[in-house]
Amino acid sequence: MVDKRATRHGFYDGLVALAGNHEEIFAVDADLGSATGSHLFKKAFPERYIDVGIAEQNLIGISAGLARVGLVPFCSSMAVFVTGRGFEIIRNAVAYSHINVKIVGSHTGITAAGDGGSHQAIADLAVMRALPNMVVLSPCDYHQAAKMALLMYEHDGPVYVRTSREPVEDVTSVQDDLQLGKAQKLRTGKDVCIIATGMMTVLACKAAQLLAHEDIQASILNIHTIKPLDTETIRIEVLTCGGHVVVCEEANVYGGLSEAVATALVEDNDIIFERVAIEDRFGQSGSTEVLLEEYGITPEAIVRKARRAVRR
Amino acid sequence: MNNIEFLQEKARKIRIEALDMILKAGSGHIGGSFSVTDILVALYYDVMYLAGDFSDHDRFILSKGHANPALYAILMDKGYVPQEAKYTLRQYGSPFQGHPDSKMCSFIDCTTGSLGHGISIGVGMSLGFKKQGKKNRVFVVAGDGELDEGICWEAFMAAANFDLDNLTVVIDRNMIQLGERTENLMRLGDLHDKMASFGFVVTEIDGHDFSELIVALKKETPTTPHCIIAHTVKGKGVSFMEDAIAWHGCLPKGDQIVQAYNELQEYCHG
Repeated sequence: MVDKRATRHGFYDGLVALAGNHEEIFAVDADLGSATGSHLFKKAFPERYIDVGIAEQNLIGISAGLARVGLVPFCSSMAVFVTGRGFEIIRNAVAYSHINVKIVGSHTGITAAGDGGSHQAIADLAVMRALPNMVVLSPCDYHQAAKMALLMYEHDGPVYVRTSREPVEDVTSVQDDLQLGKAQKLRTGKDVCIIATGMMTVLACKAAQLLAHEDIQASILNIHTIKPLDTETIRIEVLTCGGHVVVCEEANVYGGLSEAVATALVEDNDIIFERVAIEDRFGQSGSTEVLLEEYGITPEAIVRKARRAVRR
Repeated sequence: MNNIEFLQEKARKIRIEALDMILKAGSGHIGGSFSVTDILVALYYDVMYLAGDFSDHDRFILSKGHANPALYAILMDKGYVPQEAKYTLRQYGSPFQGHPDSKMCSFIDCTTGSLGHGISIGVGMSLGFKKQGKKNRVFVVAGDGELDEGICWEAFMAAANFDLDNLTVVIDRNMIQLGERTENLMRLGDLHDKMASFGFVVTEIDGHDFSELIVALKKETPTTPHCIIAHTVKGKGVSFMEDAIAWHGCLPKGDQIVQAYNELQEYCHG
């Protein structure tokens, strides 16, 4: 039995470990601590945990104020609420103001599952990418999420990180080097480059094993930093794989990683571009397995797209 | 000249400077700038602690950011920003952006312009100071029309919940918002009762009377935030602009300009 853990918990385990040495780190919550994982911070540092109640606009405004007097707030809610309800406050009080607020959005993609479409964030990457000054992060597993707390802390400015509710297998290790804005190569191949973010990276690793049985060797790039995007590594790796690329994200097709990668490759010739993403529709309730199948977000779907890219 | 006379003279000068800047820029908000001028003068020239190291300073947020010409005139008069900036209002690269921008001017404590943000950010600053065991006070000036924004009420609830006795919210109660009187558009009703029920100590004053302003702004309210409802007149100081909806964002022309300057030169409080 492979141990599975959620990035929402990995992130806060990492933040708790970091905050022991940095008393200016605060967690700010909007009454969803047990959902986002920030309850772990509350347990460790109750005096540095602030709950503003069910008020995502005020969550961002208060965090901006804390940052303006020298503290480093990590504020959180489910991604659909913090990036949706809080958007204009994030836009003006944080991004436009270039204020050192860290935003944590959990329950991203359709794997928020049972709660249904109202709670499944599919546009968070698009809206956060659209803001100047905003760094956008998307960890693939527990270890990577845990390390992101330090990356966010060391970056002086606004950062958004999207975490997931669904536990997944680890595909990275504690020892792996993680640099902001630097794509991480998880597998070397020559036939097709699979570019994945978040838990799609785990599915991409499974897809690569299936493709190997067909004698298709896939390279895998994990994009943990959606913005700034490591376009140089992406271009080199895709061209190494004959221009064949499949981008995988648990987000809507508009405005997310696949459009960012397509833009990065637009000046290159002979690119065969495929993607696995949510095809412009909202989610609904269901088990994770059923939803992933229904929305075409599976290792088998990645295999089909990769096969098509190679054979086109 | 006693202190009150000193403040009155400053306010007279600041209104003229603000009008200079707006006329040169060709756009800006005169009505709200003039209603809020005396509140800002009382804060910057008497009430706020602004000596020594910045980390010890009291902080000011102009939540009704469109009234910025009055603030900019004060920042120049106090020598924080050089006079050369005066006629750069709303121009490319200016420290005096169309709405306050702390990136462009380090003497602006908080970027504002989008209404409703200032109170929420002020709550965060006040809470942050308390968490650090610091004595800095935070002053937020908000418009009455601005209170239509829901985030204000989220922030009011939080201010009382966190016992922010270092936070003072001044409501510039000029009774007019952009296109209509507040009580005709979205009535605030009994604002005193509303704020008291949200957990504030509430003080109502004449927002153009420096004696009342200074007493109220220096008032200490142990364990609770303080709300000052400052009854003001939009366009205060120019007779044809006073309490008139039209002068939210309009500019005077021709003889109106001459009359405005004449009245401001002779403007005497009280």
